[in-house]
Amino acid sequence: MMRRLGVADIRAGLASGEFSAVELVEDRLAALEGAETLNAAVTLMPERALEAARAADRRRSAGEAALPLDGVPVAVKDLFCTEGVRTTASSAMLEDFVPPYESTVTANLVAAGAALAVKTNLDEFAMGSSTATSHFGPAVNPWKATGDPRPRAPGGSSGGSAALVAASVVPAALGTDTGGSIRQPAAFCGVVGLKPTYGRCSRWGIVAFASSLDQAGPLTRSVRDAAILLAAMAGHDPKDSTSAREAVPDFEAALGGGVRGLRVGVPREYRVDGMPDALDALWRKGARWLEEAGAEIVDISLPHTHYALPAYYIVAPAEASSNLARYDGVRYGLRAPAEVVEEQYARTRRAGFGAEVRRRVLIGTYVLSAGYYDAYYAKAQRVRRLIARDFEQAFGKVDAVLTPTAPTAAFPLGEKMDDPIAMYLNDVFTVPASLAGLPGVSVPAGLDGAGLPLGLQLIGRPFDEATVLRAAEALEAAAGFDAEPEFVR
Amino acid sequence: MSALIEGRDGVWEYTIGLEVHAQVASSAKLFSGAPATFGADPNTQVSLVDAAMPGMLPVINRVCIEQAVRTGLGFGGAIARHSVFDRKNYFYPDLPQGYQISQYTQPIVSGGSVEIPGRTVRITRLHLEQDAGKSVHDRDPDRTLIDLNRAGVALMEIVSEPDLRSPEEAADFLTRLRALLRWLGTCDGNMQEGSLRCDANVSVRRPGAELGTRTEIKNLNSIRFLREAIEFEGQRQVEVIEGGGEIEQETRLFDPDRGETRAMRTKEDAHDYRYFPDPDLLPLELDEDFIEEIRAAMPELPEARRSRFTGELGLSDYDADLLTAERARADYFESAAAGRDAKQAANWVAGELLGRLNREGLEIEAAPIPAARLGELVDLVGDGTLSGRMGREVFEAMWETGKPAAAIVEERGLKQISDTGALEGLVDELLACEADKAAEYRAGRTKLLGFFIGQVMKATGGKANPKVVNELLRSKLEV
Repeated sequence: MMRRLGVADIRAGLASGEFSAVELVEDRLAALEGAETLNAAVTLMPERALEAARAADRRRSAGEAALPLDGVPVAVKDLFCTEGVRTTASSAMLEDFVPPYESTVTANLVAAGAALAVKTNLDEFAMGSSTATSHFGPAVNPWKATGDPRPRAPGGSSGGSAALVAASVVPAALGTDTGGSIRQPAAFCGVVGLKPTYGRCSRWGIVAFASSLDQAGPLTRSVRDAAILLAAMAGHDPKDSTSAREAVPDFEAALGGGVRGLRVGVPREYRVDGMPDALDALWRKGARWLEEAGAEIVDISLPHTHYALPAYYIVAPAEASSNLARYDGVRYGLRAPAEVVEEQYARTRRAGFGAEVRRRVLIGTYVLSAGYYDAYYAKAQRVRRLIARDFEQAFGKVDAVLTPTAPTAAFPLGEKMDDPIAMYLNDVFTVPASLAGLPGVSVPAGLDGAGLPLGLQLIGRPFDEATVLRAAEALEAAAGFDAEPEFVR
Repeated sequence: MSALIEGRDGVWEYTIGLEVHAQVASSAKLFSGAPATFGADPNTQVSLVDAAMPGMLPVINRVCIEQAVRTGLGFGGAIARHSVFDRKNYFYPDLPQGYQISQYTQPIVSGGSVEIPGRTVRITRLHLEQDAGKSVHDRDPDRTLIDLNRAGVALMEIVSEPDLRSPEEAADFLTRLRALLRWLGTCDGNMQEGSLRCDANVSVRRPGAELGTRTEIKNLNSIRFLREAIEFEGQRQVEVIEGGGEIEQETRLFDPDRGETRAMRTKEDAHDYRYFPDPDLLPLELDEDFIEEIRAAMPELPEARRSRFTGELGLSDYDADLLTAERARADYFESAAAGRDAKQAANWVAGELLGRLNREGLEIEAAPIPAARLGELVDLVGDGTLSGRMGREVFEAMWETGKPAAAIVEERGLKQISDTGALEGLVDELLACEADKAAEYRAGRTKLLGFFIGQVMKATGGKANPKVVNELLRSKLEV
């Protein structure tokens, strides 16, 4: 059963000669073909994956030391530029764009032996919480509610990556998280999703959404696998001025320590009106599990939480409106020709951008406009500093913060599409850590009454992913989440 | 010198401020490793970052920061320990990112000044920004083509206070600033190639009255055009106001063929640039050591050198100005003058050498006579080995052949004869032969002295020391 193998299992299986990397990758490529109904793949990369697998097998037969991700099939959100393989950001604008360069993070994974197998579907330019704004149509969550045949959203924007990991098509996937785009789909799909500290992974070669928030991270089926992936992805990159010069610890070695003596904060401001009972109960249960494992649970306050979502929906669109200005039809990507250049811009961008992208570009342009800058952008940046300070103060008392990941379980496809505010509310628990640049991980912790997965989020100090992962591992152990989605049953 | 504009009913005065765009002398662009070479084939100096490919990120080029700091220190500005790069957002086909990275509210240098004759011109600020690419309209009948070679090249925008009072002063300011940049090696100052260009903000007012509404003349690429554009614009504004009109705040272009400025766009259709801090770049933090290191390595500045030349070395103002117009000139002069009479050396450098360079259209770096060799020539004239005329002959030979002065003197047997003993015989012989003329001289026709000197010079092939000959003849004729 190669389907359920995790990253650590693959390492052991290859070492013992139980299977070869080529066997594994061929098996997983076949599984990808069989997962078409999820609409999670944008572009398959069988040659690339097999080449990496063959190289891993060669290394093993030559008696060379194995690389940390030898032969591990990895799905890559189609926001990471991959050399010679089209990179679309799930947008008509870049439908045929083939970059002549490789993102630092994917290059790091390749250097670690990984077999990058597929580019995955996402919300267009990573703007969304459902993967339904994709130019290629919505990705589908492998989970369904009991007795409800409606397909559900995998969350977003890294929905395709989360769906493929949840459906056990690949053991690991890359996502990016700007306001929750790894953690929320991880929660919706019942997998582990880690957003590292801002600056931990290079942004070079990742199609930019909001530069001050974007961060790459792994989606896996176990905390250990997330730790292994992160170690391979992370590190200072001289090509990204915002990438940190912090040393990258051995995250896997930091696991297994338990949470005895760890102080975990439960912020009262996250208990929002209308939170489903099952989620509220799970959150309390999560705190109890950690307490039983030896952690000390502390009630804390993060007083500016309430302002995080509006601040985020000013800062992120503002940066996006500027980051997406380069898609003008002049040098690459879609061009809708016209006689005069202004008309060519308008036609190109109208044809190339979907409704959600256009909405955010408009919002961003508006909040940066003369006369509005102070009222919106400058104020949002002040709020952002206050939120960061809330966390700083909290981390004087606690070592990690426990919250729900998303306010609901996965919703049916097509829901909330006509109500952007309802859609934006998906990010209410993930956005504060994004604004503060902090590491956060979503751990699948249980099912709701309808049999849909729910996630709990742990947030840590800057560059203290090790503690976050250690606490996540304790949560994972206590939750014993081993349910499988309808798709694989 | 301030200048007034003669209006129909009284005089008006100019208020002028300049914004100078100086391309940073650097082998690479401001935020990418692509070369910043001028004149290369279109789109051959373009990196993925310059073309704004998806996911590409800017990384600041340290050399450009050093050059900006050096320039700021050069005009006495305050170097900001903390400055910020902002995005200036607008759509233009030759602006690949859809924004220019610039410094808006927190520039790298604030304050400072530049001296021009009769005035200290205050500098408001210097900030770093990216250049844009070039739209080419004349290569294809139907399409505009884009050349991104310049896109991302580092510029220093240097803004003056509105302290200038005449087109002449504006020209002086730009001349002095350009010389300073070249002196520091932070910009090559080449206005033909566009390494240095300038916008002028111009308004007119009655002397002592409130400031008038200004217009901005864009992209002036020579000092002459700057002067002409301001002159025209001042006249135009006076005519508008005296004709009962009002000056519109607008951007204008100078047409050098017609010698006039034309409206380009008005304030109403000005862009909203939506400035905000570039989130791809951290604020630029400079530590004191970094700044001090640059300060310690600063060359002596033109102003200081000028006053040392006039004070310590006793040069005339004229020579000092000439010799400090370029750092290479001043360096050349100082090595030519080392250990000898500085005024004599200055005469040779400012006179003979600069004159010849000028005629040949060469910069001093290309002079075929090294400074030390010119110094040797100065010595040979100074110690009387060569007459001034012989010296000039040797100078020309040195220029043509590249040989040292001594070798030419040797080859051509050019040694000046100053030995009284050797000349006395010649003089006696001459006076004996020309006894009639000697008698005429003694009878009062002293003008004949020139004739006698000429004869001695002729007899010696021009090598006789004319001063010695003169003295000898006088002593013999006036007994």
